[in-house]
Amino acid sequence: MLKKSLSFLGSARVFGGAWAALVVVSAALAGVKVGDVFPALATAQLAGGAVPATAGKILVVDFWASWCAPCKASFPALGKISSDYATRDVVLIGVSVDESAAAYATFLKKTPPAFPAFHDAKQNLVRAVQVPTMPTTYVVDRQGRVRFVHSGFHGEASERRLRSDIDALLAEKTP
Amino acid sequence: MSDKITRNDAMNITPRTLRIFLLMGAAAALTGCGSTRLVRVQPWERATLTDYVMRPDRDPLHTALAEHTYFSREAATGGRGVGGSGCGCN
Repeated sequence: MLKKSLSFLGSARVFGGAWAALVVVSAALAGVKVGDVFPALATAQLAGGAVPATAGKILVVDFWASWCAPCKASFPALGKISSDYATRDVVLIGVSVDESAAAYATFLKKTPPAFPAFHDAKQNLVRAVQVPTMPTTYVVDRQGRVRFVHSGFHGEASERRLRSDIDALLAEKTP
Repeated sequence: MSDKITRNDAMNITPRTLRIFLLMGAAAALTGCGSTRLVRVQPWERATLTDYVMRPDRDPLHTALAEHTYFSREAATGGRGVGGSGCGCN
């Protein structure tokens, strides 16, 4: 009886369908990777004011949270990068993923970042991006594609790599 | 003929029933019941986990007592250290 019941599992069609479903689900769960188009910031319903224009510019998006110590440690470096590249078509923004609006506001008051900060209050953007760790910084090229992903913050090494990645994108010819 | 369901009737699982159960199991696994996303706290959802009260070593007295208990009970295997108890068995 058992053999008869399991006989349908031998069908290539069943396994093919299951495999295709797994591939689709895995791709959907993987989030934004290098080479993917970064989700539009304008439609992400970010709180904290108007999102700067990013069309044709290099975009650096840093996901942070008030409860994340390495995020806080990265602020001085990101602030320096933001000011150093401000006149060179580079837009650096920080996106807080705090679930608590009060925690976000208190943190900003205590530790105001030297770059534009926004609040992904409903966590729409971070869910779409599926950041692998906190903090994670995405470097997006002029065409809107993710070119580099920096997971975590490792002090001067992270700052050097971020500057190097931005310089590489600035060196590319504009289409 | 009696309407009473016997033990033999209840245990009589037909191939069709078994097939339905297997399909339901496969569907549940593929549609999310088998997904680790249901149990994994995402990196952006860890505000509560990073709270001070979640630290196991937040109370120095409790930590000291727990450590004392641990090394007393596990002294024969070296406790927290790498050395043994002197018996030469480690």
